Amino acid sequence: MTTSPLWDRPPITGKNILTELSICGKINIRGSINHSRFQSSVNEAFGLDLPLNPNTLVRVDHLTCYWLGPDEWLVHCPIEKLDSMIELGRAKLAKIHHALVDVSDYYTVLRMEGPDSEILLAKSCPLDLHLSNFPVETCAQTRFGNASILLDRRSQGSIFDIQVRWSYAEYVWDYLTKAIQTL
Amino acid sequence: MKKQINRLEHDARLNRRKSIRFWFDNRAYVGYEGDTLASGLLANGIHLVGRSFKYHRPRGIYTAGSEEPNALVQLEENAFTEPNRRATEIEIYEGLIAHSQNCWPSRKFDFGALNSWFSRLLPAGFYYKTFMWPTSFWMTYEKYIRKLAGLGRSPTEPDPHFYDKTYAHCDVLIIGGGPAGIEAATAAGQSGCRVILADEKFEFGGMLLSENMLINGIPCHEWIDSKISKLRAMPNVKLLNRTTVTGYYDYNFLVANQRVNEHLGPRVTINSPKERLWKIRAKHVVMATGAIERPMVFADNDRPGIMLASAIRSYINRFSTLPGKNCVILTNNDSAYHAALDIADEGGQVSIIDIRTNPSGSMIESAVSRGIRIIKNHSITGVGYSRGLLRSIEIMELSEDGLNVIGKKEKLLCDLVGISGGWNPTIHLFSQSKGKLKFDQSNHCFLADQPSKNNSVILAGSCQATWFLKDCMQEGHAAGCEAAKRAGFSVDGASDEINTGQIEYGALRPLWILPGSHPIGQGKTKHFHELHNDATVGDIHLAVREGYESVEHLKRYTTTGMGTDQGKTSNLNALVALSEIRNLSIPDLGVTTFRPPYTPLSMGSIVGYDCGELFIQKRKTPIHPWHDQAHAVYEDVGDWKRPRYYSQGKETMHAAVQRECRQVRKTAGLLDASTLGKIDLQGKDTRWLLNMLYTNVWDKLEVGRCRYGLMLNEHGMIFDDGVTTRIAENHYHMTTTTGGAARVMSWIEEWLQTEWPDLEVYATSVTEQWAVASLNGPNAREILQELTDIPLDEESFPFMSMREGQVANIPARVFRISFTGELAYEINVPARHGLALWEQLIEVGRKFDICPYGTESMHVLRAEKGFIIVGQDTDGTVTPMDVGMDWIVSKKKQDFLGKRSFDRTDTSRSDRKQLVGLLTDDPQFILPEGAHVVSEVKSKPPMNMLGHITSSYMSPNIGRSIAIALLKDGFNLKGQTLNVALMNGNSQRVIVTDPVFLNV
Amino acid sequence: MLLIRCPWCGFRDQSEFQAQGEAHITRPEDPYQLDEEQWGQYLFFRKNPKGVHYERWVHVHGCRRWFNVVRNTMTDDILATYRPEEPIPVLSDEETNQPT
Repeated sequence: MTTSPLWDRPPITGKNILTELSICGKINIRGSINHSRFQSSVNEAFGLDLPLNPNTLVRVDHLTCYWLGPDEWLVHCPIEKLDSMIELGRAKLAKIHHALVDVSDYYTVLRMEGPDSEILLAKSCPLDLHLSNFPVETCAQTRFGNASILLDRRSQGSIFDIQVRWSYAEYVWDYLTKAIQTL
Repeated sequence: MKKQINRLEHDARLNRRKSIRFWFDNRAYVGYEGDTLASGLLANGIHLVGRSFKYHRPRGIYTAGSEEPNALVQLEENAFTEPNRRATEIEIYEGLIAHSQNCWPSRKFDFGALNSWFSRLLPAGFYYKTFMWPTSFWMTYEKYIRKLAGLGRSPTEPDPHFYDKTYAHCDVLIIGGGPAGIEAATAAGQSGCRVILADEKFEFGGMLLSENMLINGIPCHEWIDSKISKLRAMPNVKLLNRTTVTGYYDYNFLVANQRVNEHLGPRVTINSPKERLWKIRAKHVVMATGAIERPMVFADNDRPGIMLASAIRSYINRFSTLPGKNCVILTNNDSAYHAALDIADEGGQVSIIDIRTNPSGSMIESAVSRGIRIIKNHSITGVGYSRGLLRSIEIMELSEDGLNVIGKKEKLLCDLVGISGGWNPTIHLFSQSKGKLKFDQSNHCFLADQPSKNNSVILAGSCQATWFLKDCMQEGHAAGCEAAKRAGFSVDGASDEINTGQIEYGALRPLWILPGSHPIGQGKTKHFHELHNDATVGDIHLAVREGYESVEHLKRYTTTGMGTDQGKTSNLNALVALSEIRNLSIPDLGVTTFRPPYTPLSMGSIVGYDCGELFIQKRKTPIHPWHDQAHAVYEDVGDWKRPRYYSQGKETMHAAVQRECRQVRKTAGLLDASTLGKIDLQGKDTRWLLNMLYTNVWDKLEVGRCRYGLMLNEHGMIFDDGVTTRIAENHYHMTTTTGGAARVMSWIEEWLQTEWPDLEVYATSVTEQWAVASLNGPNAREILQELTDIPLDEESFPFMSMREGQVANIPARVFRISFTGELAYEINVPARHGLALWEQLIEVGRKFDICPYGTESMHVLRAEKGFIIVGQDTDGTVTPMDVGMDWIVSKKKQDFLGKRSFDRTDTSRSDRKQLVGLLTDDPQFILPEGAHVVSEVKSKPPMNMLGHITSSYMSPNIGRSIAIALLKDGFNLKGQTLNVALMNGNSQRVIVTDPVFLNV
Repeated sequence: MLLIRCPWCGFRDQSEFQAQGEAHITRPEDPYQLDEEQWGQYLFFRKNPKGVHYERWVHVHGCRRWFNVVRNTMTDDILATYRPEEPIPVLSDEETNQPT
């Protein structure tokens, strides 16, 4: 038996839908792009190029890699591939200063979907979520109420994935639920 | 039910097909959809709506907008009630209930009006002097003042409404939906940029709603409707009516309050937002905030039936109401002639008192041609008022300088007086945003000068003293184009042809404080420049005589402009009075800065979501569902909900804690330690970093071994502690206190990023990656053995080491560390497995009588062993030496954070507060934490205070109470008997001991 | 509410950041070279000017990077933001002039 922060909450359905996605593997990657072989080693291990611009992400097959900082990234992968990926990554990066840390359980991902998703997130997120400022397939680390979140706008435009720490997930969920109920 | 005696024939902006019944002071009235409470009352012939703040004088409706200083009512009842709502802004709805304020027993006969007779006792600054002597009488005065002070009643029940709150972003925010604002929104909207148009009224149109003129040949109300419907069709334009922009802050951040559903009545809207607070970040702002008519001040100018001339126009043209039959307009300028003409158009009697000696021009000619009597160069010197209505006025001729009256009194019968002293641009928001103001001599008002450097704002229309409609509209259009252009959008600069007709206005007479038959401040009449707070021109004279002559002092001494209306109709006239008294020009006097909010905000609107369940996040561990089922009682630790104890049946907290503590030492206990902060550290310089962060030496820690460490700030004071484990060659797992997790992470990152960027260390927070079950007690090994393949014997898994393996078929890191002094294992598993791990430990532990225990027992158990809790036994002023932990401070290390401060004179004092144990004479007595320890108890303070109790418990394992305290020179006090002073006046004798109570 | 340019993430609302006090206070290479007063200066004394101030901020709800902000404490104008490794920006006279 495994649980998740919102495992006992049924999805909020209707015009706007709020769900907790099932767990995926999450690897926090640290390393210096100034090291000549860091990026290529990551590519050898994971088959992706690290996004180098803030607020961007890269999707390859079943992997998504988010820019978190100038020396920090986050990879989402299928949970069953997690251990082998970390192992392979550590092997490829063995001679380079780096850190690969399993944070699969540290975060959960909520999906906010529907015609009002932008309005709902704007209730407590200070970021300008308009398409002109926050286009599809981009991401941003920001805030929803008191919770730090990693926000990712999916290609459909009205779908947002909200990555939030385990213990803040209920707060964000309850906040969005209240916002949906009072639209 | 009364007839609407003042209602006119035409529809104006009302929906005459929809009658609405509302209640005021327990009487029912009927109005129409589109009425405000003020217009509804006036239509029914009601002028008297309340009593004034200080003197309880009868007061009426003074304006038709948010600048209203007088008509404040108590809206609705019980949980829905709100005090001080302006009748001029409340839209009526079926069943609305409102009450007058400050009246007892009724608004027509009010007991407090006696204050008026004793007004000499309530001069300016009366709070500061009347009740000051003798001091001991304050208690008596206070009750009287409390009864007098404030208007209205606060609700005593929780507000059942929901209040929404949101962020918004736009290229151009336009404040004010009058002609200039509408033109600006149209121009900006056409460029394709994101526009928000906000207006405080429930309809757009601004001052045009109070007009009856033609624009391009069509009635101006039709012009508004067609413009607004065109704006509604633009997807990039958001129209926010009923929305007051109340605050203008740095970097074009503005706050607006939208009254979303209030107009539907309180009971219908419980599940939809009553109000919504908009937090708007605009790239550019267009202020089209208009102007507020400026009153003139004369004897007894506060009587019901006296209002701004522009308000009369609003009631006629917007609300189809003529609030009197026999009217007088008092003016120093031409614009008020429109009001007179409107009144005449509606069949009302009207005459004009023009304080100018020889007014001329087209407005005057229009009035003359309509047969309106114009009385030149006169002042109103008295007002006849009785039984809720204005009855007459007395007028006298003005002297040449306008400072006195001459000749004979004339009495005019009238039931309505409209006043106009010109117009005041609404520049409050501009001033709030740190924009500089300048005094404009030709318009006799303050205007916007330099905007703050970090805001981008353009003004348009009458808020910058542009008085003609056509010019306002052209400015609006230009401002909208300019703002869109600045935001990077291309605009077609051409504006539509505008034809509004042109009127020539003559100059106004710069006189606002009109003389009465007695010198101001003498005689029975009062000149109120400030209606909201009942301040008179006489008060200004008094304040100056007493030395309060600067604007800032005057404001506070007379409370001018300090009401909920922020002096929108009073501030400038106060300055005029002051400048006349001090014989200084207004620019030389200066002006006070306007502060947010422009109009009052409800508490609900400010709070929004941030109350009740959402007030603060309730962080819960993965094991929380089990705690719930096991009747855990929670304690807030940071934002975490941690089980404090588990209550069995009707057990008290004390009983539960005693049971849990005994059980842990007898057999085994299980604590949810998931909340501990956890940081993953990797890189070859990690050991160097640990040597800097902690006081002890980390050079020889082997892989798989754990070590306790104390973290200091640079002042040498303890700020966190925890166990760090070497996972691999260059890989460590650090734990922190629950409350200190974020602080330690930030502490490490800051050093790494700013001071030691070349260090090869990466720190990653993993607090919530791991769920932690802490298994303690003599049977811990037996229980764990049943669930794991990790060898647990002493040799293969010694104290202070870590092993990885499977526990309950879950990949786990098991740390053999202990905070209870018992044999203990902290079992870490990925959070998703936390609940399963816990349930299996409980299941297997059942035959050992395992006991889940909470933080309270954890505290007792650690105190028995003398382990400190950072933040409870320390408070940021405590060094390792102060708590007797010299053993963990390396003498060998050259440097670590905080070390240098040990040599500071104050830190190296020998008589600092030091951590000791205390045992009470009475072993059953539990000292209150925080109580003061004194050497000798005296009958009353001061006593020689030595320090305070930091922790105190009943220890079941020792069989008596124990306490820990920080005492001055505590180490040298061991063995001595001291006293603890208690709140109830008693004291308890204690013996100072070592803080370790249980040695095993 | 300020609008702060994070040197990495771009312009963000002030509520995503935390102010961390005065910038460019370097930890002494060897604290024991400092006498008590000098060490006290490092620990306790800060400029707190009315006007241009060099501050350290952290993008706590964003990329969690520390960076520096030049802010006029009177007007709240932000004159520059820069990364810890970047040189202290040179400001024009007009920028550093304190409004009265």
